[in-house]
Amino acid sequence: MSLIGIRQGSLQLVDVARVQSRGALYVAQSRIRQMMKWIWIILGFAIANPVMYLISVGIGLGGLIDKSVGPAGIDGVKYLTFLAPALLAQAAIQGTMDETVFPTLEGFKWSKTFYSMNSTPLTGRQISNGIFLAAIFRATYTVLLYFGVMWGFGAIKAPHAWLAIPTAIFSGACFGALMQAMAGKLEDENIFFTVLGRFVMMPLFMFSGTFFPLTSMPFYLQWIGWISPLWHATELGRHLTYGHVISPTMVWVHFIFLGSMLATGLFFSGRIFAKRLAK
Amino acid sequence: MSNPLISARGLTKKFGDFTAVNGIDFDVFKGESFGFLGPNGAGKSTAMRIIGATAQRTSGTISILGKDPELHGPQIRAHLGVVPQQDNLDMHLTVSENLYIYGRYFGLPRKFVKGKVDELLAFAQLEEKRDTKVEALSGGMKRRLTIARALVSEPEILILDEPTTGLDPQARHILWDRLFRLKEQGVTLLITTHFMDEAEQLCDRLIVMDKGSIMAEGSPASLIKDYSTKEVLELRFGSDRNQAVADSLRAMCDRIEELPDRVLMYTENGEALLEKIYAADFHPKTSLVRRSSLEDVFLRLTGRTLIE
Repeated sequence: MSLIGIRQGSLQLVDVARVQSRGALYVAQSRIRQMMKWIWIILGFAIANPVMYLISVGIGLGGLIDKSVGPAGIDGVKYLTFLAPALLAQAAIQGTMDETVFPTLEGFKWSKTFYSMNSTPLTGRQISNGIFLAAIFRATYTVLLYFGVMWGFGAIKAPHAWLAIPTAIFSGACFGALMQAMAGKLEDENIFFTVLGRFVMMPLFMFSGTFFPLTSMPFYLQWIGWISPLWHATELGRHLTYGHVISPTMVWVHFIFLGSMLATGLFFSGRIFAKRLAK
Repeated sequence: MSNPLISARGLTKKFGDFTAVNGIDFDVFKGESFGFLGPNGAGKSTAMRIIGATAQRTSGTISILGKDPELHGPQIRAHLGVVPQQDNLDMHLTVSENLYIYGRYFGLPRKFVKGKVDELLAFAQLEEKRDTKVEALSGGMKRRLTIARALVSEPEILILDEPTTGLDPQARHILWDRLFRLKEQGVTLLITTHFMDEAEQLCDRLIVMDKGSIMAEGSPASLIKDYSTKEVLELRFGSDRNQAVADSLRAMCDRIEELPDRVLMYTENGEALLEKIYAADFHPKTSLVRRSSLEDVFLRLTGRTLIE
């Protein structure tokens, strides 16, 4: 053991301006480094999930549906083609939720790593943005893999279908930002997970026009779809992957809804992180 | 004396109705080792988080390296190394990765941090654990890693909150050795502790805190001189007899304290006092003469022991 080379209190090494401009990236890098520790599990799920869904629901159930509706199809296409864009958006949403909620709880409660980050020049907002960026990274490769599987199953019909990739990532980002802000407020995560799983994620998945057009639902239940990022993303995804008809106004509505969710989520997440760290 | 690196006046922090830090004043100068001694809940950690430019104060003023932490938090934190009470290491990453990512949080160049990681692993005696995940380390190793991590940016001030709590005696001594070496190199150390031996070993100057307020300030030696006698005679008569005997012994010494398990008699000469006690036909079950410590100072100031 020696202290040779350990110099203290003399050098002014740290370039604060550099941290101020890149801080969120440093946080994202370390989060991605963590993610890489179980990358094979993440990738395994990212591939197995769409394969299982598309086979069981898309082909299995879809076969029955296609037979009963005949050549008119669902929304003019086979059930598999109809279903796939919704599953793509759902995959992005689930991916970003996992990568925003769990790291936030870990950072504030379980291992308190946000407090160590905040004892460097990093600010609460940078930590929030960094965690969010890493979640986008996860959503990106999840969606890319999912899209590849969809292509393999013949669920991609339109030439500009690739635009469904950024759209799905965007929808994941919007939901993730909001979830991250909520997770930043959490003191007791047990109740949160029960509520989130049973009363948020499940209804969103079931009532956002994922498995059938939203208009098939009784009118008094359709509002669940209207406030669901999944429905907005699914509508855009269907438009892009097989030419589902939506008016230009509705395209704007979908983007504005999702964009507002993103801006609100990111704003509050940054504020909540900063306040909680300064307590 | 030069300008203080840290200067606080009327520093107060409240959580709702609870006042964690109650209007404290102190100055810390470059190169000194400054301690906050007090029991759990005295407000030491809260004060440290304010000095660490993370927690916001409720009122009062504080200047760290000439700056207000509420206005210049990142600029101040750039020059601090912080060792929190709980090792908030990244359990999923390896020992070297923890040091590396922390260096990057300061915006330090990759090449510099890589070199620094090697130095710090040697400093913390963790070279063989370089690629081990943090969750597999012992408590002492985690603590050394947390201290090494705080040094990655070559800070001007090292803040240590209860650095040896939860460690076994051997691990404590290794840590004290590391901190002592840093002090020798001129690093300004701020240490909170509720161990009086740690405060005596490491601190040039300290404040004694209780319930958010400062009870006394000075060097360990001066505090002992001002608030205690040179020696202490500890006597045990049995828990049912201590109080009754203490009342009879009170006139024989400068001051007497009754604790549940023993009686403490404050005197300039413990052996002479013990002889007098035997001569007066008192027969304690055990007796011990020791020099006064900061524990006695705290007992004098608050009527309570540091560890309750």
